[in-house]
Amino acid sequence: MWELAKEFLQFLRKEKKWWLAPLIFILLLLGALIVFTSGSVLAPLMYPFL
Amino acid sequence: MKAILGISAFYHDSAAALVVAGKVVAAAQEERFSRRKNDESFPVQAIAFCLKWAAISPQELSAVVFYEKPIQKFTRTLETFLSIAPRGLRSFLNVLPNWLGERLNMRKTIREFLPELSPQCKILFLEHHQSHAASAFLASPFESSAILTVDGVGEWATSTIGKGEGKHFQLLKEIRFPHSVGLLYSAFTAYCGFRVNSGEYKLMGLAPYGTPRFEKAIREQLVDIRADGSIRLNLDYFDFLASRRMTHPRLHKLLGAEPRKPDSHIEDFYADVAASIQKVTEDILLRMARHAREVTLSPNLCMAGGVALNCVANGRILREAGFENFWIQPAAGDAGAALGAALAGWYELEPEAERKPAGQDAMSGALLGPEFSESEIAQTLSEHKAVYEKLDDTALFTRVTELLDAGNVIGWLQGRMEFGPRALGNRSILGDARSPKMQSLLNLKIKFRESFRPFAPIVLHEKVSDHFQMSQESPYMLLVCQVKKASPPQRMALSHSPLLRNHSPLPAVTHVDGSARVQTVNQTTHPRLHRLLSEFEWRTGCPVLINTSFNVRGEPVVCTPDDAYRCFINTQMDYLVLGNYLLKRTGQPHSRLTPTFQPQPD
Repeated sequence: MWELAKEFLQFLRKEKKWWLAPLIFILLLLGALIVFTSGSVLAPLMYPFL
Repeated sequence: MKAILGISAFYHDSAAALVVAGKVVAAAQEERFSRRKNDESFPVQAIAFCLKWAAISPQELSAVVFYEKPIQKFTRTLETFLSIAPRGLRSFLNVLPNWLGERLNMRKTIREFLPELSPQCKILFLEHHQSHAASAFLASPFESSAILTVDGVGEWATSTIGKGEGKHFQLLKEIRFPHSVGLLYSAFTAYCGFRVNSGEYKLMGLAPYGTPRFEKAIREQLVDIRADGSIRLNLDYFDFLASRRMTHPRLHKLLGAEPRKPDSHIEDFYADVAASIQKVTEDILLRMARHAREVTLSPNLCMAGGVALNCVANGRILREAGFENFWIQPAAGDAGAALGAALAGWYELEPEAERKPAGQDAMSGALLGPEFSESEIAQTLSEHKAVYEKLDDTALFTRVTELLDAGNVIGWLQGRMEFGPRALGNRSILGDARSPKMQSLLNLKIKFRESFRPFAPIVLHEKVSDHFQMSQESPYMLLVCQVKKASPPQRMALSHSPLLRNHSPLPAVTHVDGSARVQTVNQTTHPRLHRLLSEFEWRTGCPVLINTSFNVRGEPVVCTPDDAYRCFINTQMDYLVLGNYLLKRTGQPHSRLTPTFQPQPD
């Protein structure tokens, strides 16, 4: 996940699209939640938000 | 010895290709193994086949190259949504879990699917159109060439013009999303009731039945076409940004009818729509190709991307764009991008490697898939308790020639399976092209598909100009030309019987406009098919046969002898040839077998 975040930062810097950073940060956080909660009792609660 | 695996996945037609020591040794689409047409899932079975074929374990791979850049594609999806929000929210939320689940963190996904990869194995990403360009140029027979890639959309690019020299290539110009020739054609595919990303070739086949009476409206209202072939779509008429629906009600109003419902009767109106968009598309592609020549000053052109499967447009590029040589990647769609990614990865990781095509392409006739030994075929036949004869080559070719001459339809499985959408003679259904009944017989009783759809001819390479207005090789069935001695092109409504529509010496492979999608067969890449055609010519004076893919509607092309036997039993094919085994339909113990495929709407 950290490697992905690093690649995103590199991409945003190269493309000068910093305005996308907050949104991507939130989405990556959601992604991480999905990964860490998949298989747990929280999973059914996460998917309706997507 | 470096081995590089290329992968395309998660959109449509996922595939894997393996390059070892600079040579493409194996490539296959996942659909052929999963038996789900256009399967987009991670190509686990295709990868397993490629590695098994080369006797390589995943630990030995030097690199895995993915055919596009997920981060760029994801941000394009995000930016597109933001530009039209709150419209498109539902569509965005539909795709988001997929992105956040496995598509975005592709390194992790690849390592999860291939846990045996060594930590040193590099995982690389190439842009979508660079992968197409690599599949076009690095696999081409040219030392240097102009490159044209055209499809729906990759990250942002929808079409590119590039130039290749030696082992290097560079993309020089691009058209960016949402302005896309591929999406324009797909929108009309959906409008005419066919499935996007798979039914485009039906639209192309339907076009000659119509009159392009909407061409003016399309040019004036829907798409601004510039002299260099670049386009701008009028997005008021399209809905692909906000939903899965491709066209907007404004377009339906402009054309004067609602979209056709899938599988409903095809009225002449939709043939006119097909003719109109086909004509506009040909014009755009021709302009792009001419511009590529002006930009690169190259006498050679190579092409890839899904739109490069539009063989009618390809025929016009060949004749009218001014290039001396023209080569099209046989797996021009996204499956072929896996092969491009692997080749590009090879030249990236082997800086000393040289590329010397010497006039030969790198595709080995596109015969890059699995093959089955005699004992494997015998095992399958035994499992089904099938009734068969085993013949030596001399007896087999004589017998099959006689059967074809007598009007029989024959399933033909030989050697390695083809890579790409076309069956090129190793997983084919063959018939007599001279028979006026053969087209409707094959469509309705064997392929179970629409009666308007044409079939393609295979012809001995050395005899092509005797029967078709073409003199060069067309080994991948990607060029359309006129049939010699066919009646002049005519407009004929769909409602007319196919039997009445042309007077041609090869009626079963002549489309309503007198054209045919020709595959030339040479002895080097297709020795057995060449021999069959030669013997058929010796017997009948005609070196041409029908070649259509060995499958039924909604089914991927058969892969194994078992797939072939089931398809043979479940259709009205007369004979089946598996290697040197000949099976007659009427002698078999089954009248029906459970199909192994999951039928997909097409």
